[in-house]
Amino acid sequence: MKLALASVVSLAALIGVSLFAPQWIVFMVMLVLAKGVVVLGLLVLMRTGLVSFGQGLYFGVGAYAAALLSHHWHISDAGVMLIAGAAAAAVVAALLGVLLAGYREIFFAMLSLAFSMILYGLLVKSAALGSTDGFNLHARTFFGIAIAPGYERRVFLAAGAVCAIVAALLTHRLISGYWGQLATAVRDNELRVSYLGASPYRVVYINYLIAGTLAGLGGALAALAVGHVDPETAYWTTSGEFVFIAILGGTQSVAAPFFAAAIFEVLRTLGNQYAPNVWQLSLGLGMLAIIMFLPGGLWTIARKRRRSA
Amino acid sequence: MSAMLATEALQKKFDAVTAAANITLSFDADTVVSLIGANGAGKTTFLNMVTGYLKPDSGRIQFGERDIVGLSPREITKLGISRSFQIPQLFQTLDVRENLLIAERIAGADNPAAATEAALARFELGPYASRPAGLLPEGIRKLLDVAMALSSRSKLLLLDEPTSGVSADEKLAIMDVVMGAVWAAGVTVIFVEHDMDIVARFAGRVVAFYDGAIIGDGPPEIVLRMDEVRRYVIGEETAHAAA
Amino acid sequence: MNALLPIAFDGVAYASWLFLVSAGLTLIYGVMRILNVAHGSLYALGAYAACSLAGAWLANQLPAAGSFAMLLLASVLVGCIAGTLLERGLLQWMYGRDEVVLVLITYAVFLIMEDVIKVIWGVDSLLLPEPYALPGSFSLGGLPYPVYNLLLIGLALVTGLALAWVLNRTRQGKMLLAVIHDREMSMAVGINVSRVYLATFVVGATLAALGGAFTAPTVAVTPGIGVEVIVLAFAVVVIGGLGSLGGAALGALLVGLVRSATVHYWPEAELFSIYAVMAIVLIARPKGLFAAQEARKI
Repeated sequence: MKLALASVVSLAALIGVSLFAPQWIVFMVMLVLAKGVVVLGLLVLMRTGLVSFGQGLYFGVGAYAAALLSHHWHISDAGVMLIAGAAAAAVVAALLGVLLAGYREIFFAMLSLAFSMILYGLLVKSAALGSTDGFNLHARTFFGIAIAPGYERRVFLAAGAVCAIVAALLTHRLISGYWGQLATAVRDNELRVSYLGASPYRVVYINYLIAGTLAGLGGALAALAVGHVDPETAYWTTSGEFVFIAILGGTQSVAAPFFAAAIFEVLRTLGNQYAPNVWQLSLGLGMLAIIMFLPGGLWTIARKRRRSA
Repeated sequence: MSAMLATEALQKKFDAVTAAANITLSFDADTVVSLIGANGAGKTTFLNMVTGYLKPDSGRIQFGERDIVGLSPREITKLGISRSFQIPQLFQTLDVRENLLIAERIAGADNPAAATEAALARFELGPYASRPAGLLPEGIRKLLDVAMALSSRSKLLLLDEPTSGVSADEKLAIMDVVMGAVWAAGVTVIFVEHDMDIVARFAGRVVAFYDGAIIGDGPPEIVLRMDEVRRYVIGEETAHAAA
Repeated sequence: MNALLPIAFDGVAYASWLFLVSAGLTLIYGVMRILNVAHGSLYALGAYAACSLAGAWLANQLPAAGSFAMLLLASVLVGCIAGTLLERGLLQWMYGRDEVVLVLITYAVFLIMEDVIKVIWGVDSLLLPEPYALPGSFSLGGLPYPVYNLLLIGLALVTGLALAWVLNRTRQGKMLLAVIHDREMSMAVGINVSRVYLATFVVGATLAALGGAFTAPTVAVTPGIGVEVIVLAFAVVVIGGLGSLGGAALGALLVGLVRSATVHYWPEAELFSIYAVMAIVLIARPKGLFAAQEARKI
């Protein structure tokens, strides 16, 4: 089956990178996976017709949850951190989702932004959490197994690869079946969905929960990659980057978020090197370009070419 | 044996407009009833209240033994009342087959795929099966809307102007298909209609609305000839031509 | 009793500031159905332009009172220039698109403008303390209060009343209200909707810049001051009901007073209090206090 083959090949490739590539590539690929996982959640939401401008909230919650384990409770197990990140984000999403699942369109978009900025404000004002500087995290074991010093990121990358592929496969199963069609139905005509006997609120709530959990997992992964957390993770520009990657990749395939994240990381690295003062400007222009000329994201180019080939 | 659907003293006002004035009606199972009335007379408001989209200011609505005022459209649909709309409510980006499939799946059909194919056949939608709902001609959109409503294992089907927006020559054909499918399913039907020929042909009972009140209720031969109905609903000219 | 007076005064002063920064946002949404995220950068632009213009005025030893006129001038310039550029150069090609897509577009504009501001004015903070200090202070309950805040309250009142008057009493204003009510019908009766859109956007942008210009003397103007504003303005506008100017005024007052009380008794919860008000209002009235009535869909 094509899907199984793609997963195995990707996993093998990523493991290969984790074992043999130089540190800076390992780092970059980890970030790509982390952001890709977050955007996977955005994909699910966009299928339901919603855009969240506040995934930074869960990204930050996941990152800080992982870091707090290390910093305050002296747990330095990466596996536990990943689970904690996802779980903490899931709890917050379960609570906020109750309010947000009742909203759509711009309300949903701006409310999600507002909540992420609340977290940002809290983090910045919290001296205990390092305020604007944040703090470091260290992970030395993975589910109990000690990691040889210097090899931490390689192990994290391998773990991240497994997480990302599993997440992608699960998401694919979810959205290619009944649930995906139901999400599209909610997007197309909520009224009809209620009049058929299903609950749009429930669909949105569950998808919001999924997106939040994925963003939390991504946050924990990113925290492990960088070794440091700060309030920037919850800042609106971080959320904006996720949205950019989401519209860059489009919603047609669960692989798209990761490819788009990869392109984004490359562009960001180049941008930081050669034009650091105009990064946001470039991001904004890029967004406008995609919206105006490529509403389906870069994935539409790939599909167009495949059709003409 | 109580009626299938019964309303008692329904009242509904929108500021200065009385959309429902003391509406007391009862509908038995296995009947075909038509609601007629000029625009704004209160027919769609009645359907909206029965299906939970609007809450009456006062009054009761009973479906079988159950009091349904205050329930949401979703809950009411699950009880067995389903509905089609004046403007068809479809899933624009999904194709016809997918629209029906999702309706069947939400309704909890044992074999959604088979039920979908049956619906496609019953409503003669086969040729359009793979076309996105947003790209269908109006008559087909209407049929799809009804087909989706029917798939919810409904006991009572409310059709809001099933032939409106469709050309005059198509109206009869569409109604034939709809009523044929409905008959096969053994469902009670209440339909809102403006075309008196269709009303006369398909309805066993006619309820006439005017300004939120009921001005006629009975077999079509009688109601359609009532003076008030001719004046306020049909219009004198048409009545003369039909008589 | 003693605490109530400063809380009330602080609350009204903050509410005035909130109203100034929110009025433009709700006006643009009401008429054009665009939630203008770039509102935050127009605010920032107003603050920076105010620093430059008023700063230059004062540097040339011109009478200090004139610096206030510079603040106004900065707002009008930003509103007219940036507003026109944005509306004619970009937004007019985007009408009719999905509301969320329009938010994405203004979000992209926000990103672009943030860097444009950095390129023009640099990343260091700018200060413009003179207009704030100039009017001096007065005594309120034994404590000194800046007269500047009275000015702010006055400005908000004048702005609010002027907007209300223009909307309800002038022909142009009524055309705006007509477009808010029903765009298609307005076009059908011959209203030049395109011109109404441009005028609305320029006015909205000017209001945003006005908020920024008159905030400049009270804070250190840095890149990023626009960000918190957009979220706050959105909260106020949502509380009042999108598109309702009266709602924005009431929302501003509510938030201002609650925040002021919170800052007085429990300072850490300042941000929370604002969003708590928003959450409570939304739970009671999901579309805000004076949300526009929606026509029946089915």
